[in-house]
Amino acid sequence: MLQNAWIIPFFPLIAFIVLLLFGKVLKPYAPYVGMVALGFSFVASVVVLVERMGTETFGAAVEWITIGESTVTMGFEVTPLNAMMLFVVTSVSFLVHVFSKQYMREDDRIHVFYAYLGLFSFSMLGLVLAPNILQLFIFWELVGLCSFLLVGFWYFKPEAAAAAKKAFLVTRIGDVGLLIGLILLFNATGSFEYGAAFEAINNGQVSSGLVTAIALCIFLGAVGKSAQFPLHVWLPDAMEGPTPVSALIHAATMVAAGVYLVAVMYPVFQSSGTALTVVAYTGAVTAIFAASIALVNTDIKRILAYSTVSQLGLMMLALGTAGYVAGLFHLMTHAFFKGLLFLAAGSVIYALHHRQNINEMGGIWRNMKVTSVTFLIGALALAGVFPLAGFWSKEGVLAAVWSHGDPVLLSIMIITSFLTAFYMFRLFFKVFLGQFRGDPEVSHPRENTKWMTVPLVTLAALAVVAGVVNSPLSGYALEGFLVEGLTLGDQAHGGIGLAALSLFLSGAGILLAWVKYGRSQAVGTEHSKGFIKTLLVNKYYMDELYEAVVVTPVLALSRVLQRFDRFAVDGTVNVVARSLRSVGKAAGKQHNGQMQTYGLVTIVGSIAILVVAFMVRGYFG
Amino acid sequence: MVSIQFFLALAAILFCIGLYGVLTRRHLVVVLICIELMLNAVNINLVAFSSIGPFANITGQVFTLFVITVAAAEAAVGLAILIALYRNRASIDAIKQDLLRW
Repeated sequence: MLQNAWIIPFFPLIAFIVLLLFGKVLKPYAPYVGMVALGFSFVASVVVLVERMGTETFGAAVEWITIGESTVTMGFEVTPLNAMMLFVVTSVSFLVHVFSKQYMREDDRIHVFYAYLGLFSFSMLGLVLAPNILQLFIFWELVGLCSFLLVGFWYFKPEAAAAAKKAFLVTRIGDVGLLIGLILLFNATGSFEYGAAFEAINNGQVSSGLVTAIALCIFLGAVGKSAQFPLHVWLPDAMEGPTPVSALIHAATMVAAGVYLVAVMYPVFQSSGTALTVVAYTGAVTAIFAASIALVNTDIKRILAYSTVSQLGLMMLALGTAGYVAGLFHLMTHAFFKGLLFLAAGSVIYALHHRQNINEMGGIWRNMKVTSVTFLIGALALAGVFPLAGFWSKEGVLAAVWSHGDPVLLSIMIITSFLTAFYMFRLFFKVFLGQFRGDPEVSHPRENTKWMTVPLVTLAALAVVAGVVNSPLSGYALEGFLVEGLTLGDQAHGGIGLAALSLFLSGAGILLAWVKYGRSQAVGTEHSKGFIKTLLVNKYYMDELYEAVVVTPVLALSRVLQRFDRFAVDGTVNVVARSLRSVGKAAGKQHNGQMQTYGLVTIVGSIAILVVAFMVRGYFG
Repeated sequence: MVSIQFFLALAAILFCIGLYGVLTRRHLVVVLICIELMLNAVNINLVAFSSIGPFANITGQVFTLFVITVAAAEAAVGLAILIALYRNRASIDAIKQDLLRW
C-alpha cells in the first residue's frame, strides 16, 4: 500500500471534480460524494500508517524539470511524520464531511461547499505527502486558496468577504517569506529535496548566517499560516466562515501546516540556534497573547479561535525548545480536541439558529446532552486534565520547556496553561450551565441529529484516547515512531512533579472559572472596566495598529498612484489615441468615392514615381 | 520627311486632352469619348514609330488595328454599362456615382 499512497489525495480530488461538473444535478447527494471519497482516503491512510510502522520510508518521484545541473522532481514520500499527518487529516476531514451534511443542509450551495472541502482535503493531503519543499509550496498555496474560498463561502455577508480577503492577504506576507526561504535554500544547496538539502547543510556547505536566514524566512511562512504573532490577526476573523470549515481548516489541519513545515524543515532549524530561539519566543509570545484575549471575548467561535492561536504557539514553543515530538504530539491531540470543540460549538450555534454570543446562551446542558458532554470532554482535554489527550501532550510541551531551562519561556508556559483552563471553563460555564439568557424564541434548543452527534462522539473518543500513544502507558510509542531517521537530542519527559504542576494549573484555572462564572449565573455580563480589560477586549489594538501603520499608508500611496495613473499615464495614452484618430479622420475625408478623384491621385502618383525613378537613374542629367 | 517629334508631340497633346477630359468631365459619355481620344493618341505613336522610327517595321501597324478593334469592343461594353447605370440610378453624372465611398 505504501507505494500506492499517492492515491490518498486523489479521492477528494475526484470528489471535487465530480461536484464541480455535476454539482447542480447531484445537489442532494453532494454530501455523500464527499463522505465516500474521504472514507476511502481515511481507510487508505490507516492502512498506510499501520504498514509504515513495520517498514522503511517509501518515496517515489518522477523528474519534473531540469534547470542547469539540478533536477526538480515531483512525487510522494511516506515518512513517520506524514503517515501520522495523513491519519489526522483524513480522520478529521471525514468527520467534518459527515457533520456538514446537517449543518449546511439549508444552504443552497451545499454542492459548492462540498466541492471546496474536497479540494481542500486534496491540497492538504498533497502538502503532507510532498517529498520536496517546492511541491509543498504549491500545495501550501492551494490550501491558502481553499481557506479563502471557504472563509468567504457566505460572500454575501460583508464581514465574511472582508475576512476572506484579510486571511488571504495576511498569510500572503508569510508565503512570500517562505518563497524567499526556499529560493535561498535552493541557491545554497542546489536541491529542493529534503534529504539532499539537509545533507548539504549538515555537511557545513552553507554558512551559518545563511542557514539562519533560510530558517527565519521559512519560519515566516509558518508564522503566517499558523497565525503566530504578529500575523495572527486573520484567524479570529476567519471565523466568519461556516463552523465545520473552522473546525477543519482553522483548527485541525491547515493552521497546523505551519507547525508541520517547521517540523519537516527541522534539520535546518537545528543548525541554527538563533532560529530555534526565534521559534520558541514567537510561540511563547503568541501563546500568552492569544490566551489573554480569549479571557474576555464573547463570541463562542472567536474564543476557540484565540485558543487555537494560543495552542499553535505552544506547539511552536515546543519545537523551539527541542521538543520535536512534544510539538507534533500536541499538534495531533489538538487536531482532535479542537476539532471536537469547534464541531460542538457548531452544534450549539446550529441549534440556536446561528447565534454566537456567549452572553446570550446558558443552560444548554439541559437540552443538548450529547453536545454538552462532548464539549466538556474537549474542554477538559484542552485544559490538560488527566487522563485526556491534552494532559499528555501539554505535559510533553511543559517538559520540553522545563528541560530547555529558559525561565522566561517556562513562566509564560505556566501562565498560559493556567489561562487556558480558565478561559475554556469560563466558556463552558457561560454556555452550558445556569439559565438561558438569550432570545426566548430559541430558549429550548433541541439536540441535533445523528449526522452531528456521531462525529462529536467519535472525536470525543479520540480526544480521550489519543494521548495514550505518547504516554508512559505505551512506552512513548509515538516518539519511537517519529524520531526514526532523525538526529534529535533526547526528548524530555515529564516526571510526576511536572504532571502534578500541570494538573494543579488546570485545576486552579477551572476552579477560578467556577468561582467567577459557574457559581452565580446571575452575572450575565462582566461589569469591571479596568484598563487591562479594555486592552484585552480590543485585542491589544492589533487591528487598529495594522490599520494605522500598514493599511492607511498603503491606501494613501495607492490613491496618489491612482491619480498619477489617471492623469499622467492615461493622459499620454489619450493624446496618442486622439492624434491618431484625427489623422484617420483627415485621411478618411479623402476617400470620397469619386472615381475621377481616384484617377487623378493615381496619375499624380504614377508621375511622381516615374520622376523619382528617372532622377535615380540620372535621365535628367 | 516630317520629323518624328511632331507626331509624338501631337500624340502627347491628344493624350493629355483625353486625360484631362476623363478626369474632369461630369458626363460619362464624354468621359468615354475622351478615353477613345487617349487610345487614338497611342495609335498615332504606334503608327509613327512603325513607319519612321529607328527600327521601323510592320508590328506597330498591326498593333494599331488591334487597338482599334479593342476600342470598339470597349466602347460597346462601356455604353452598355452606362445604359444599365442610367436605368438603375437615373443619372450618368460622374459626381453622383459615389458607391465606392467607404
